[in-house]
Amino acid sequence: MADAALIRTGQLYKQYETEAGPVPVLKDVNLVIRPGEFVALMGPSGSGKSTFMNILGCLDLPTSGSYILDGRDVSTLDKNQLAHLRNQVIGFVFQGFNLLPRASLADNVALPLVYAGKKREERALRSQGLLEKVGLGSYGRYVPNQISGGQQQRVAIARALINNPRLILADEPTGNLDTATSRGIMQLFRQLNEEGITIVVVTHEIDIATFARRLVRFVDGRVVHDGEVSRELIEEIRA
Amino acid sequence: MNAAMFYEAWHAMGANRLRTFLTMLGMMIGVAAVIMMLAIGQGAQFMVEQSIASMGSNLFIVLPGSATSGGVRLGTGARPTLTTRDAEAMEDLPSIAAVAPVSSGSAQLVFGSNNWSTVVTGTTPSFLDVRDWQIASGYAFTDSDVRSGTRVAMLGNTVVKNLFDDEDPVGKTIRIRRSPFLVIDVLSPKGQSLDGRDQDDTVFIPVTTAQTKVFGNQFPGTVRFIMAQATSPQTMPAAEREMKQLLRQRHHLPERSEDDFDVRNLTALANAAAQTTRVMSIMLGAIASVSLLVGGIGIMNIMLVSVTERTREIGIRVAIGARERDILTQFLLEAIMLSMVGCLVGVFLGIGGAALANALADVAIVVTASSILLAFFVATSVGVFFGFYPANKAAHLKPIDALRYQ
Repeated sequence: MADAALIRTGQLYKQYETEAGPVPVLKDVNLVIRPGEFVALMGPSGSGKSTFMNILGCLDLPTSGSYILDGRDVSTLDKNQLAHLRNQVIGFVFQGFNLLPRASLADNVALPLVYAGKKREERALRSQGLLEKVGLGSYGRYVPNQISGGQQQRVAIARALINNPRLILADEPTGNLDTATSRGIMQLFRQLNEEGITIVVVTHEIDIATFARRLVRFVDGRVVHDGEVSRELIEEIRA
Repeated sequence: MNAAMFYEAWHAMGANRLRTFLTMLGMMIGVAAVIMMLAIGQGAQFMVEQSIASMGSNLFIVLPGSATSGGVRLGTGARPTLTTRDAEAMEDLPSIAAVAPVSSGSAQLVFGSNNWSTVVTGTTPSFLDVRDWQIASGYAFTDSDVRSGTRVAMLGNTVVKNLFDDEDPVGKTIRIRRSPFLVIDVLSPKGQSLDGRDQDDTVFIPVTTAQTKVFGNQFPGTVRFIMAQATSPQTMPAAEREMKQLLRQRHHLPERSEDDFDVRNLTALANAAAQTTRVMSIMLGAIASVSLLVGGIGIMNIMLVSVTERTREIGIRVAIGARERDILTQFLLEAIMLSMVGCLVGVFLGIGGAALANALADVAIVVTASSILLAFFVATSVGVFFGFYPANKAAHLKPIDALRYQ
């Protein structure tokens, strides 16, 4: 049977070395995410959800266990192949937006294309297209601190989209935004998901999680709940 | 690597202008110092080489030997043992290229209402070749002038200045110790010799004319000294041997007796002078290079600060797909650009500084393309060398640590 999963982790285990000895952060996490899913990862601080996210994004490596992304066993890839995955398959959205402060918005959006070796004309064309898609078509020449946080996050999303990734990983994307702006951002993710992009969002706000279709909860490095987002579940968590 | 990376490196330099300028300042001063020192060192070398060349190359001077008179030994040249015939015989030696006998003395020159005392040198046409004299106007006397002892004179530049106001001396008649001489030639100026004599303060006349009609020697046919030129620097030892052998034979000296002449090598002194200036210019360059090194360390320092400051930026770049190679290239490019721009400004500063030294202190300078290329090459290498460590550090940051860095 062909593996239809986009993400498949097997017995994923991660520990950090500290002076007091190894501290396990993820304990035997088995998770499958199929193409087109919209998953929210929830959990209290220290539950391991961010570490898990970093491993999914090939920014960090597990201590043991397997991680198959898009059919490739990540543990067998070298640094350049990992960089290629981050560039082509994954789009990142961060809590702090992480735009380059001195570069124009257009250049920020186009940055991944530089590392993909695309020509200047193509970079300009595609970044303009994506700025328009996130509703900031006329802001290309601004620099990040000239626009609001919500707008900056939209620029970051445009950047994440520029190489047509199959997967978007968003780590607390609304953590620095007010409620109304947060809804707008989540609405945008939902729209992208409807266009077929797989989205994984880490959040600790249940209101944000309701935009997703599937909810995975972490506690102490283990998955304690995995299921569809339903009214009953939300009520239960709220209570 | 592509154009976008150059653009980014350029912008990164513009992000903190004062810091960029101060960093480049180290490089500028280093390069300027190297260029200036090389210019001054090579200038000095050039001056020495020029005065050596003006003296003529591979030269020997053969002087008459000393005489002993009643137990009192007289100095070199006291006994008139060398003759024009000795000089003629020396011409046939295999390692000798040219020979010029010289019979000279000082004499009063008169033209119109002007008069001037100078050294009158009686010699043969080959003297011009041996001492590398060029003719400015007119023509040189010939062997037939020497044979028949004609009254013709070739004037050095200083003599011309002192005897003639604005007239062309060629074709005029001057008086040397009252006898008339036709001026046939003016010599190109040579300037000072290594020991500070004015080489242009002289008059050349045929050696026979000098012997018979000007100085009236009590030993007919003798000369004050003979200049001889070896065929090449390599044949100089052989030439010296051959001359000594020939002269001993011609003077019928018995086996045990001393030479009645003295052969001196004129090139040795010149070579020592050239060697000294070469060493000096190498030392100047070496001292200046130290400042280049300091400039390079300045670049490394600032690049390390920059890498730390931009750790988060590096994390972002890695997260969106930059490879280690890309990060390395980016920071290396910045370091190289810093040093190259600094170097470029330094080259102009250096040339300007050297020109200033030339104008204010009258120091001879020679700025060569090779010294500029050398400075540029060294500066770029310094940029690469000192930029590599910070760039490598940036490239090997763990992405997750870089992203978390506040």
